[in-house]
Amino acid sequence: MSEPKRRLARRRDALWPGLALPGVAWLLLFFLLPFYVILCVAFGTVDPIFLNPQPAWNPLDWDPSAFQFVFDGLFSAGGAFEVVFVRTFVYVVFAVGLSLAIAYPVAYYVARHGGRHKGLLLLGLVAPFFISYLMRMLSWINLLQDDGWVNRVLLWAHVIDAPRTWLDGRASSVILGLVYGYVPFLILPLYAFLDRIDRSLLEAARDLGASPRQAFRLVTLPLSMPAVLTGCVIIALPMFGDYYTPDLLSGSPRTSLIGNEINLYIRGGEQVPVGAALVVVLMVALSILLAYYVIYTARAQRRLQA
Amino acid sequence: MTTAAATVARPAPSPTRRLREWVANPWGKPRFLALVTILYLVWSIVPILIAIRFSFNAGRSRSAAQGWSFRWYWQDQDLSVWHDPDLRSALFQSMRLAGLAVAITVPLGVALAIGLTRWRGWAAKPARFVSLVPLVTPEIVAGVALFLVFVYVLKFVSLGTTAQAIGHVTFSLSFVLIIVRARLISIGPHYEEAAQDLGASPMRALRLALLPMLTPAIVASAITVFAISMDDFVISAFLSSGSTTDTVPVRIYSTGRTAPTPALNALATVTLVFTLVVAALAFVVWRIVQSRRGRGGSTLQEFAQLDAETTKLG
Repeated sequence: MSEPKRRLARRRDALWPGLALPGVAWLLLFFLLPFYVILCVAFGTVDPIFLNPQPAWNPLDWDPSAFQFVFDGLFSAGGAFEVVFVRTFVYVVFAVGLSLAIAYPVAYYVARHGGRHKGLLLLGLVAPFFISYLMRMLSWINLLQDDGWVNRVLLWAHVIDAPRTWLDGRASSVILGLVYGYVPFLILPLYAFLDRIDRSLLEAARDLGASPRQAFRLVTLPLSMPAVLTGCVIIALPMFGDYYTPDLLSGSPRTSLIGNEINLYIRGGEQVPVGAALVVVLMVALSILLAYYVIYTARAQRRLQA
Repeated sequence: MTTAAATVARPAPSPTRRLREWVANPWGKPRFLALVTILYLVWSIVPILIAIRFSFNAGRSRSAAQGWSFRWYWQDQDLSVWHDPDLRSALFQSMRLAGLAVAITVPLGVALAIGLTRWRGWAAKPARFVSLVPLVTPEIVAGVALFLVFVYVLKFVSLGTTAQAIGHVTFSLSFVLIIVRARLISIGPHYEEAAQDLGASPMRALRLALLPMLTPAIVASAITVFAISMDDFVISAFLSSGSTTDTVPVRIYSTGRTAPTPALNALATVTLVFTLVVAALAFVVWRIVQSRRGRGGSTLQEFAQLDAETTKLG
C-alpha cells in the first residue's frame, strides 16, 4: 500500500469509531449505568429515620434483604407476589394468544389478497402507530362506562338484562385492553414477512398436487413460524411491564400486574429497594425468555440453510 | 339436454352447504379472511372515532352524544383545552419533548449507525450489541432505571423536561440505528470508496456520497422518533416532576377515569391531529426524496416494511 493511501486508511479507521462514540457514550451513561444503579438500590438499605433508600455502591456491601422479601412473597404458599406473577403470566398468555388469532388472518389477507385495496388496508394497519396508546385506552374507558355504548348495545340486543360495571376489576376488560393496545405491533411484522414469502414455493406445492389448504399448512405456516414467534416476543415484552392498562381499565387490586407492584413500590417511598428488586427479577425472567427465543431463531436459521 | 335432466343429474346443494362454500371455499375468494380483516379494522378504528365524537359534545358526558360544539376545545373559559392550564401545558410539553427528541436522536443515531456499521475494530461487536438491547427492554425497566439515576447519581439533572428528553432519546436511539443501518447495508461501502479514490477526504466522501443516499432513512427515523416520543407514557411519567411537566399521555393516565368533562377527549384529539399532520408532512417529504432517488412503489408499503424491520430484534 502506498504511503498516502495508508494515511487515508488510518484517517478513515479513526473516523468510524469517532462517529459511533457519542451514541455509545450516551448509551453507556443513560442505559448501562442505570442498570447498575438499579442493582445498587435493590441491594441497598432504607434509612431508618427518614425512610429514604440508601443505595449500596460497593458490591461488597450489598444487602440481600429486599430480594429476601421478594422471594418470600414469591415462593411461600399464597404469597402476595406469587399471585401477581401468576396473574401477569396468565393475562399475557391470553392476550398474546388472542392477538395472534386476530393478527395472523388479517396480516395474511392483506399480504396475499390485498389486491387494489392494499394501500387503504395498510393505512388502517399503520394508523394505530400514530394514535397514542393512552388515547386508545381512553376511547375504551368512554365505551365501557356504566352508561356507555357497550352496555347500551348489549342491553338493546338483550345479551344482558342490567348494565354491567366493566371498569372495576374485570380480567376480561384488562385483557381486551392489552389485545387492543398491542395487536398492531404483531400484525405489521407478520404482514411484512408474509408479503415477502416467495410465491413460486406455493406454486410448486400446488403443481405437486397440494390443495390450497395443504399448501398453507405445509409451506406458508412453517415458513412463517419464526415471524410469528418474533411478533409474539415483541408484544409480550411490553405487556410484562404494563401497569397503565389495568390501572385505566380496572383500577382494582384484583387485576394488579407486576408492573403495578413495581410502580407502587418505586413511587411509594418506604420500600424502594423492593421495587428495584422486582425490576431485577422481572429482567432476569425476561432474559431467560429472550435467550430461548434467540436460541430458537438461530437454530431455525441453521435448519433453513442446511 | 334439458335443464330438468341437468337438475336430476346434479341436485342443488343445501343452503347451509352453499353458505359454507361461499365463505370458506379454498378455491374461491377468501371471504372469511376478508370478513375478519374488515371486522378488525372496524374494531380498531371505530372506538377512536367515537372518542373524537364525544370531544365535540355540547354537554358534559363522555359516554353519550350530546349535540355538537367546540366547548371543550376553547369555548369553555375554565375547563377547555385552551383555558385549563394543566391541559394546555400537557399539550405543549408533549410537543416540546417530541421536538427535542427528534433534534437530538436523529443526528446522534445516524452517526452511531454509520460508525457501528463501517467500523471493524475489536469493540464494534459489543457496542453493536449494547445499542440493540434497549429494543428488548420493557419501558418500565428503562423508566425506573433512569428515575433512580436522576434521583441518586446524576442529581444535577432534576426531574422534568431535561430528564424526560434524555429518556426519550435513550429509548428511541436504537430505532434510528436499526433503520439507518438497514439502509447502509443495502447501499454498501463502494460509493464512499469511489469518492475517496477520486480524492475526497473520508468526511467529505461521507457528506457528498453517503448522506444524500441516506436521506429517506433519515426522514423515516425522524417520523419514528417523533411517533415514539408523542406516544411514550412510562418514561415521561417516571421522569415527570409534577403537573407542569406532565405530557398528554400522562394527563390521560392520571385523569382518564375521573375526568368530569370531555376536555380530555378534546386534548387527545388535538394531539392525534397534530401527530397525523406532522407524520403526513414527513411522508410527503419522504415520498419526494424517494421519487428523486428514482424508486417507485407504495410509500405505505415501504413504511410498513421499515416498521417491521425496526421491530425485528437485532
